[in-house]
Amino acid sequence: MSASATVTVSYREAIRESIRESMLADQRVFLMGEDVGAYGGCFGVSKGLLEEFGPERIRDAPLSESAFVGAGIGAAMGGMRPIVEVMTINFCLLALDQIIDNAATITHMSGGQFQIPLVIRMTTGAGRQVAAQHSHSLEGWLAHIPGLKLLAPATLADARGMLAPALADPNPVLIFEHGSLYNVEGELPADAGAVDIEHAAIRRAGGDVTIVAYGGTLTTALAAADELAAGGIEAEVIDLRVLRPLDDAAVIESVTRTHRAVIVDEGWRSGSLAAEVSARIMEQAFYELDSPVARVCSAEVPMPYPRHLEQAALPQASTVVAEVQRMARASG
Amino acid sequence: MPSLGADMEYGTLLEWRVGPGDNVKRGDIVAVIDTSKAEIEVEIFQDGVIGQLLVTEGTRVPVGTALATVRAGAGDGAPPPPQASEPIAVTPALQAETQPPAPAETPVPPPPAVPRPPQVHRLRVSPVARRAAEQLGVDLASVAGSGSDGAITKADVERAAEAVAPSVPPATPARAVPESASAPAPAPTPMPPGAAPAEPADRAAAMRLAIGSLMARSKREIPHYYLQTQIDMSRALAWLQEENLRRSVADRLLPSALLLSAVVEAVAAMPAMNGFWIDDAFRPAEGVHLGVAISLRGGGLIAPALHDADHKSLDELMAGLRDLVKRARTGRLRSSEMSDPSITVTNLGEQGVDLVHGVIYPPQVALVGFGGIREQPWAADGMIGARPVVIATLAADHRASDGHAGSRFLTEIDHQLQEPEEL
Repeated sequence: MSASATVTVSYREAIRESIRESMLADQRVFLMGEDVGAYGGCFGVSKGLLEEFGPERIRDAPLSESAFVGAGIGAAMGGMRPIVEVMTINFCLLALDQIIDNAATITHMSGGQFQIPLVIRMTTGAGRQVAAQHSHSLEGWLAHIPGLKLLAPATLADARGMLAPALADPNPVLIFEHGSLYNVEGELPADAGAVDIEHAAIRRAGGDVTIVAYGGTLTTALAAADELAAGGIEAEVIDLRVLRPLDDAAVIESVTRTHRAVIVDEGWRSGSLAAEVSARIMEQAFYELDSPVARVCSAEVPMPYPRHLEQAALPQASTVVAEVQRMARASG
Repeated sequence: MPSLGADMEYGTLLEWRVGPGDNVKRGDIVAVIDTSKAEIEVEIFQDGVIGQLLVTEGTRVPVGTALATVRAGAGDGAPPPPQASEPIAVTPALQAETQPPAPAETPVPPPPAVPRPPQVHRLRVSPVARRAAEQLGVDLASVAGSGSDGAITKADVERAAEAVAPSVPPATPARAVPESASAPAPAPTPMPPGAAPAEPADRAAAMRLAIGSLMARSKREIPHYYLQTQIDMSRALAWLQEENLRRSVADRLLPSALLLSAVVEAVAAMPAMNGFWIDDAFRPAEGVHLGVAISLRGGGLIAPALHDADHKSLDELMAGLRDLVKRARTGRLRSSEMSDPSITVTNLGEQGVDLVHGVIYPPQVALVGFGGIREQPWAADGMIGARPVVIATLAADHRASDGHAGSRFLTEIDHQLQEPEEL
């Protein structure tokens, strides 16, 4: 297959293809979760996989996150390479004990005798009018936990390429798929494969301000950057990609050039990933700052159901633009 | 580290004159510090026993840093335990002298509460802008902020660096001389932009920055108004000539002593000119501590105080002026002389100019300027004659006084000079 050949795929298809590829490459890999088999996945990610791989490897689980996440941990300890799908990040709260007290700690508690090569995929984020019990962005909570690696694919290439290195990682990896991205379509090289899961990426270069985003807010940040460019302000957009451990160096390097930073985070502001990134910028690049670090986060309310209220609660490109203009006025 | 003027942010401790266990009394010299302007002898403002020296000689520290601890009251000469000590109160004399003496039964006097030291202005500067200003040698006080909440940004500093001519490093060390004897400043040597070091080793360059900072602050914050009046000096000079004939050469008076004395007397009649504008209020000074502008041969300016000028005779004023100039030349001014001036006089007459419109030294509220004493046609009593005339000017803070008060003040200076025998 030629390296220059591209195919049009959706984010959903890119993830499905990454699962297929991993299952074909390694017999130890299996997928487990609610409705992943006969129904094809709540978001259609695993559609067709049951037919291809059979019920032994595409396993429908009972409605007990604690049970099937725990089963995944046990399978990983036993030498398998499970992919556990949790329908939404809100539901993973039911499995926090398994994720935090077992997956993240067993390697430590066992003195390295056990490793947990487990991947947990889950949907996160709002924008689809599924209200306050299915829409939150709680990645910041999980990013608090040592022993976990957190990935947030925001592009087709990352949706396609993050699963394989996550499965290869000997420790638990959580992958957050933003619900608004599943239908996003674009071109991807036909032979697209594994990507780096260590570093943040500059998605748009610019010298006037650094906009830090991840997952669903990358789209917001890029839209804001386009609007800012029309006004003469060149924003650099950084996609964090890895939420734990954070790639401080990439952010600091950018801020050292731009001297200003706005962090766009769909989580609530208080105690958020945005707060963590802001603190690290202050700790490591205080003397580079030309303006206080700004944050654009979700309104601190349970996510509303009505569309206009939901949009009002979410970070918007216009808010990012206004923040940047306020702080970058002098650079024009 | 005392603040010896509103423009001082750091000082270097050059020398300790006391050690742990030494008994000190109010007014004793305890240390010598180097501001960016001069070497200053630091006085202590309370009696006590020196505890620990907290800053070693040669160390540069920010204003406000505790230099040593002192235990209040007379001691037995033994070093006190550190926990019994309090940070030394080497606060500006402006503060200390307005405080009543501590009651005898109080072991340690409370720190002075009000007024606050003159250095109260805080600029909003972004961290990277502050660093850029240091690298480019830009005086932040002169930069207008365009960033969020009016903060000075890196771009503001860079614009200011392009706009401002580079500072001039003099070839010779700064030497203090009175205005009347100062030589022309050396020709400016252009300096490449951005070459000003963060901490100029050359005191004259540092002084240039300090003066620039203070004068920019004065012009930015103080709404100056200016008045001027011509004063017939014939009576004053005639009296002076007669007086000097009776004196030995060493004891002779200069016209500038008469001018200074006239200002002191006029202040007594118009105390609104003598004091400080602090925290949106005028605070009259206790006593007249006459700041005398002394230019330095290497460039720059210093304006130490003639203390208690209102209680000095003309001879004492003259002697005080000579002493002040001499010590400014040897770099041995006292801390209270740097922080105390309550009104300043600048005399550029000997330089050949007719008048000077001065810039007020914050937080003072008035500056009197004198030009040269010239023979001028002068109409009086229906006759025109040639008389020695000096133009006196007043730059005053419109927040503290109005033109009416300023006019009366200048007129009073004139009246004083018409009765020289009373000075």
